[in-house]
Amino acid sequence: MIKIRNLHANVEGKEILRGINLDVNAGEVHAIMGPNGSGKSTLANVLAGHEAYEVTEGEVIFEGKNLLDLAPEDRAREGLFLAFQYPIEIPGISNTSFLQTALNEIRKYKGLPEYSAKEFLDLIKAKAVVLNMNPSLLSRPVNQGFSGGEKKRNEILQMLILNPKLAVLDETDSGLDIDALKIVSKGVNVFRSNKNAVILVTHYQRLLDYIVPDFVHVLYRGKIVKSGTKDLALELEEKGYEWLTKAELPVENV
Amino acid sequence: MNEEQKSDDMKVVEDLTNSEYKWGFVSDIEEEEFPIGLNEDVIRKISAKKKEPEWMTEWRLKAYKHWLTLTEPKWPKVKYPEVNFQDIRYFAAPKKKPEYESLDEVDPELVATFEKLGIPIEEQKTLAGVAVDAVFDSVSVATTFRETLSEKGIIFCPISEAIQNHPDLVKKYLGSIVPYTDNFYASLNAAVFSDGSFAYIPKGVRCPMELSTYFRINAMNSGQFERTLIIADEGSYVSYLEGCTAPMRDENQLHAAVVELIALDNAGIKYSTVQNWYPGNKEGKGGIYNFVTKRGLCKTNAKISWTQVETGSAVTWKYPSCILQGDNSVGEFYSVAVTNNYQQADTGTKMIHLGKNTRSTIISKGISAGRSDNSYRGLVKVGKNADNARNFSQCDSMLMGNKCGAHTFPYIEVNNNTAIVEHEATTSKISDDQIFYLNQRGISTEDAVNMIVNGFCKEVFKKLPMEFAVEAQKLLAISLEGSVG
Repeated sequence: MIKIRNLHANVEGKEILRGINLDVNAGEVHAIMGPNGSGKSTLANVLAGHEAYEVTEGEVIFEGKNLLDLAPEDRAREGLFLAFQYPIEIPGISNTSFLQTALNEIRKYKGLPEYSAKEFLDLIKAKAVVLNMNPSLLSRPVNQGFSGGEKKRNEILQMLILNPKLAVLDETDSGLDIDALKIVSKGVNVFRSNKNAVILVTHYQRLLDYIVPDFVHVLYRGKIVKSGTKDLALELEEKGYEWLTKAELPVENV
Repeated sequence: MNEEQKSDDMKVVEDLTNSEYKWGFVSDIEEEEFPIGLNEDVIRKISAKKKEPEWMTEWRLKAYKHWLTLTEPKWPKVKYPEVNFQDIRYFAAPKKKPEYESLDEVDPELVATFEKLGIPIEEQKTLAGVAVDAVFDSVSVATTFRETLSEKGIIFCPISEAIQNHPDLVKKYLGSIVPYTDNFYASLNAAVFSDGSFAYIPKGVRCPMELSTYFRINAMNSGQFERTLIIADEGSYVSYLEGCTAPMRDENQLHAAVVELIALDNAGIKYSTVQNWYPGNKEGKGGIYNFVTKRGLCKTNAKISWTQVETGSAVTWKYPSCILQGDNSVGEFYSVAVTNNYQQADTGTKMIHLGKNTRSTIISKGISAGRSDNSYRGLVKVGKNADNARNFSQCDSMLMGNKCGAHTFPYIEVNNNTAIVEHEATTSKISDDQIFYLNQRGISTEDAVNMIVNGFCKEVFKKLPMEFAVEAQKLLAISLEGSVG
């Protein structure tokens, strides 16, 4: 699915990613954890192509293509989806018409026929049910006046509609109460299949109780310092990050 | 984003920024032209050409004499080189006298021109149910649906015809809302107006279709001076659409139209405009000067609604206004004004509350891109007898890039302490994060900008008749091409 090799990236001239290596295969869920400022969100944004992040070194191969050569919209059309940590409000554009445009752009790119308004409406209503979403949110302007939880749910709704190959969820669990967390997790679990993959960026082990990852990686100061299975997350919960970062520091020569 | 990616993006931006006015073409219809310049003889000649009665000629001459005493207004926030009024040709009409029974007889070149504009008359006829009084340069060429309308007693014709066939109505109302003494450009228009539309809706009649007129400037150096007069008699209703595009031109062209609306007791007039005169090229060369006076009068319980989408012209100076004379009358102004490159727009409205319980709403959306300047200028005036007058104004500006300007000049004069006047204003910028969010969902930057801008203008677009709203969105997209990079 995606191969990340020695990825380095700067924000405003400061190096944040310092050589990330990661392979994600179809059917896998990878959780990326780590303390604040370790570069988790940077990694998500670099993959999506945010222009504030400058890639200085390395390579990302996504489904056989050089991801870094693609414009952000083409990355999306190729099947890369980012669930934003802070979803943006777009006044005046209804959630439904925005998503219909997005889906049809992606379908056009793939040479598939576009959805009519009617077909799309049926699709979005069906997906909204999965997420217990209030139907009024579909006709409201994108994210405008949505609560924090509604915004996150809306991100997952978009993921279900656009049905990407790789979904990168950037702290989708932050700011969610336990009920919302369960619903969002359900959405992700419905999405999971052996044809797609998920990268979960999170602070908390709690999310991993509901979305069980195949692999857990710890990101620290722009590098993956430890990888393991779900048990690693439990260990982190118990011990915090300090034991890892201390142990790794000399080795990594940070 | 790597360097290669960046330079690709730059190229796309450059390509888009280099795109020229898409509808800039000149059609080759022969024109009959007047000598350049203005004097009494020219005015008499215009009047004679149009076989006008003596009273009309006299009115024009009075306007001309008054105009000579006036100077050009300098208060709008726009800059442009001095206009030499003796350097303008004041009348131009297609040479082939067009008196056709059907479109087949119309000069095919002209039909092709309309098709290029995307407004084929035939389609308009069959599909949209819109009666089109198409003003091609100065003389009306095709008038349709007149029969359907006349069954209801509705008169819809070129104003030159109305002067001959309905002199009583014209005499009574022409200049009654915008007198020839009103302002510099209104005086000039009164003296030299070439043609325009006239509509009269009789008592209690609801006009069964949208009336529309398309204007087009096509004669080198010929100023366009349209004159429109719409009278909605008691209890009647009409929706009128005005739209225009103009061919590309290097010299500046003057356009000074006058529109007068009269809504008698319990009548309603909805006047919608999509304006796309040639805005000049990327360096600010050329383009139309659009100095327009539009005003409506509301009698008791009457309503006038102005909706405008302004994307064109190098310089725009335009304030569609309502005089709310009758009690309980309502005035509305919904406006989207887009400026790009070196365009300048100073536009807004005047709501004059004279009657009791009068209400007005002003929604203005200004979008500035490139090095353009976009000003909202509005007056809300409440007279001393206008008990319980209410106004709500909302003026929002959106900036694209950091070389453009947006300005708001609200004037409020309240002489009655029962009045409630509210004014809200915002200024926003399209954020990179909004664009990135849409990009990440597979939407290109160009489409993302259009989407955001359309969202910003939605309140106004939804006031437009459907087919006009679609056209307006297309125009906005074209006008803003390459403005975000």
